[in-house]
Amino acid sequence: MKLELQGITKRFGSLVANDNIDLVVNPGQVHCLLGENGAGKSTLMNVLYGLYEPTDGRILVDGKPVTFRGPGDAMAAGIGMVHQHFMLIPVFTVAENVALGDEHTKAGGILDLDKTRARIREISDRYGFDVDPDALVEDLPVGVQQRVEIIKALVRKAEVLILDEPTAVLTPQETDELIQIIEELKAGGTAIVFISHKLREVKAVSDVITVIRRGAVVGTVDPSASTGELASMMVGRKVSLSLNKAPATPGETTFTVRNLTVPGAGGQNLVDNVSFDISRGEILAVAGVQGNGQTELTEAILGLHPHASGSVRLNGRELLGMKVKDIIREGVGFVPEDRKVDGLVGSFSIAENMILNWYNEPPFAKGLAMKPAVVLKNAREKVAEFDVRTQSAEAPVSTLSGGNQQKVVLARELSRPLNLFIASQPTRGVDVGSIEFLHKRIVAERDGGTPVMIVSTELDEISELADRIAVLHGGELMGVVPGDTSRDVLGLMMAGMTAEEALGQGPGQNPTPAGEGGTAAGERISGEHAAGEETR
Amino acid sequence: MSAANGPNAEGIAEGTAAPPPIPGTVETPPAGGDDRGRGILKSIATGSSLVAILAVVLSIILGGILIALTDEDVAAASSYFFSRPGDTLGAAWAAASGAYAALFQGAVFNPRADSLALMFRPLTETLTVATPLILAGLGVAVAFRAGLFNIGAQGQIILGAMFAGWIGFSWHLPFGLHLVFVVLAGFVGGALWGFIPGILKARTGAHEVIVTIMLNYIAIYLVGFLLTTPSFQNPGSSNPISPRLDETAVFPQILGPQFRLHLGFLIAIAATYGVWWLLNRSTVGFELRAVGANPFAARTAGISVTKGYVVVMMLAGGLAGLAGVAQVAGTERVLTSGIAASFGFDAITVALLGRSHPWGVFFAGVLFGAFRAGGVQMQTLTGTPIDIVLVVQSLIVLFIAAPPLVKAIFGIERKKKPRKASRAKATVSGGAA
Ligand SMILES: Nc1ncnc2c1ncn2[C@@H]1O[C@H](COP(=O)(O)OP(=O)(O)OP(=O)(O)O)[C@@H](O)[C@H]1O
Ligand SMILES: [Mg+2]
Repeated sequence: MKLELQGITKRFGSLVANDNIDLVVNPGQVHCLLGENGAGKSTLMNVLYGLYEPTDGRILVDGKPVTFRGPGDAMAAGIGMVHQHFMLIPVFTVAENVALGDEHTKAGGILDLDKTRARIREISDRYGFDVDPDALVEDLPVGVQQRVEIIKALVRKAEVLILDEPTAVLTPQETDELIQIIEELKAGGTAIVFISHKLREVKAVSDVITVIRRGAVVGTVDPSASTGELASMMVGRKVSLSLNKAPATPGETTFTVRNLTVPGAGGQNLVDNVSFDISRGEILAVAGVQGNGQTELTEAILGLHPHASGSVRLNGRELLGMKVKDIIREGVGFVPEDRKVDGLVGSFSIAENMILNWYNEPPFAKGLAMKPAVVLKNAREKVAEFDVRTQSAEAPVSTLSGGNQQKVVLARELSRPLNLFIASQPTRGVDVGSIEFLHKRIVAERDGGTPVMIVSTELDEISELADRIAVLHGGELMGVVPGDTSRDVLGLMMAGMTAEEALGQGPGQNPTPAGEGGTAAGERISGEHAAGEETR
Repeated sequence: MSAANGPNAEGIAEGTAAPPPIPGTVETPPAGGDDRGRGILKSIATGSSLVAILAVVLSIILGGILIALTDEDVAAASSYFFSRPGDTLGAAWAAASGAYAALFQGAVFNPRADSLALMFRPLTETLTVATPLILAGLGVAVAFRAGLFNIGAQGQIILGAMFAGWIGFSWHLPFGLHLVFVVLAGFVGGALWGFIPGILKARTGAHEVIVTIMLNYIAIYLVGFLLTTPSFQNPGSSNPISPRLDETAVFPQILGPQFRLHLGFLIAIAATYGVWWLLNRSTVGFELRAVGANPFAARTAGISVTKGYVVVMMLAGGLAGLAGVAQVAGTERVLTSGIAASFGFDAITVALLGRSHPWGVFFAGVLFGAFRAGGVQMQTLTGTPIDIVLVVQSLIVLFIAAPPLVKAIFGIERKKKPRKASRAKATVSGGAA
């Protein structure tokens, strides 16, 4: 099936999110959309999937114009979409989720799941998905849930599959597996539209790259172009992909964590007896495969886990046991892992979100009364400083593109006096140009004398920012190693070796054998990265 | 993180979407306020005001049709509909317009009254009836903005009236001071009835809808029971009715003795402004709105979700309690078991129609006051049953609950765009390099 978009324009009020876009998607091709935050990629895909009606332009399937009044129509026409947040029912099995909305019934209207099961097995075998139709969705890791979404689309005979930032929530290893699946689908004739801000992935999977800037297509690039070329094409200026930060000059140690333990529901500890220090003017990066206690570690420091035990001291004050509000008052900046859930109130304006945890402090409030004019002025300044692409600081934050929402969170947390800065996945969904800026801001915060703790599942980001690296595995600290430790050693530690053991194995060794327990994160991508770096 | 069921990759398609549930390891705020039903109810209660206005118009039209269908003249004329259809239509028009004219006369302006002042008497009646509706409607709306469904306005009105009434007839204080105590007591009584579901929600996660509904029953039977005890029942009476409130404890009639409109209406105006200010201009309102819109983000920002629930339910109950004060110290001046009439339930409709915005609630309250005040007149003048008014009210709720229906009827949204223009454009555009 050949899919064509002709002259697609989408306006939101006076804002032109898509400006006369033409795009052709051919069978058996991976078509990648590249563009800055707010360039209009998601909007275009929502138009294609029938979620938005285009202001102008038309969609052609095999040369015939079609109109989509909703995702149902798009699916009927053979278009499937996997959203970044999955639309699965957690308490249903895989088969039930797949059948939902497309149920087969036996005589008398009895649900016939066997057919669906068979289809799932068939697809799963063909593309190597490795998905059990009877598993409960809530028990599955994120990467597998994503595959369920893909299966859902394939069962409905999708010939074009839209993946909007599918890798933003995946571990490097899951990313590798996804790329594998994409290759298989491609070989089977499925067309794929792929959106990502991670240039190496883009280079690895795409056949065609279309670059969008400020709503309009600025051209196509060959996937063999260097990451640097890709970056400058999408941003419209030269982007330096490496940070080149000055070495840290650690000062006094003001932040200490001792024997921090967060009990889990099932009896095992989510964070298990973890101790470390961070000095002023130093960045400690916490590495680890997603779900090894990083989230709980940061949340416990912010006071979100009432049952945490041990000690967390900042400037000599014990934080454990304090209220979240008071911990924030102590000068802790916190960027949560999932901006939509924990970082932002979608229906609030950008201005309100910019002061979400500072709303009752001067100059934004005096007593009970808030000062809307001051709040707005502050937001306008931050929007300009952090290059948040929006028409108005009073717009609801939910109308921003994903990357711009992330910038709002960063802007809020980095613009007050801090004694500690904690950020989880600080640049998730952010384009390369803005990553450059945000990384510089984080380093500037360090150089201003703030202890900084960065949690990231991206080894690139870790090695870019870290002065020292702490590795978590199963809630335990495997050790704290220097910032320039090799990826191989980090990979071993992330798989559960202590620092001594891993260093003892020597950095000269080959990367962890593929498939080993699935925890030694994404060496394939990291290997390619080494090649990619030369092009910088 | 694991399963997340957000509606859209970046939530850009649905501004009002509830946040996706987060996994169990993190301590979630009790009953996080984020299931799908909640999301739908949220959009019903805070959607566009255009839909609200259209829903009212549509309901009035349908009400008119209903009046015509049940009218005797129309029925008579319809027996020869095919020979003279004009008769039927004419009779239908006469019936509907006559009924609504009577409603208007009873609710706003009566040109047949003796003096100009008396001509406006219906309007003052409307405002009198609107007073408890506005106050209790604010109580429902304010809870809603914090993500809670306060179905308990009925019980809160009763408690407010009970507290205020008791102070009014059993304490004897000087003028002014007495009234202040009456008002305060009413607020406290309502707030107490709001505190219970609030604290239960905060501490145990008990769903406020269930608790408030049960508290309504408790309040209804409690006041019924108390009115049979010596401390509440009027001595010498065998009816469940209290003594009259002291003269010092009743609201002055602000337009003089020939109009029932009392100080309570001014309190309703002040409360509307107060709630508006609190929600939109104060730090407390910021907290409540954040808790209502995304409890997870609120918690991460250091806002106590549980405290928010308790505070807002007390405020909501207090406002409904003031509605009880308006009833007992303004309109009725005596406590009966029927003191709350059905104001507490109508208040939910009023809050819905007002989109949970304070001034929206105010005008919705006035509209419903007009329906009530005018409905009586309509029945006496044209024989149209007052139940028609209830039907119209119910239709309004129905239409508000189904915005797509209203939009479809009025043809808003999804207009067909001109196809030709796009084709012309498409040929012009070329792939840049
Ligand atoms: N519902 C909406 N109302 C108003 N403006 C919107 C809406 N949805 C998107 N926009 C605006 O349209 C523009 C394009 O947004 P879009 O989400 O398509 O960007 P994107 O290319 O996907 O960016 P990102 O890489 O950050 O995900 C942005 O400026 C955004 O603010
Ligand atoms: Mg996007």
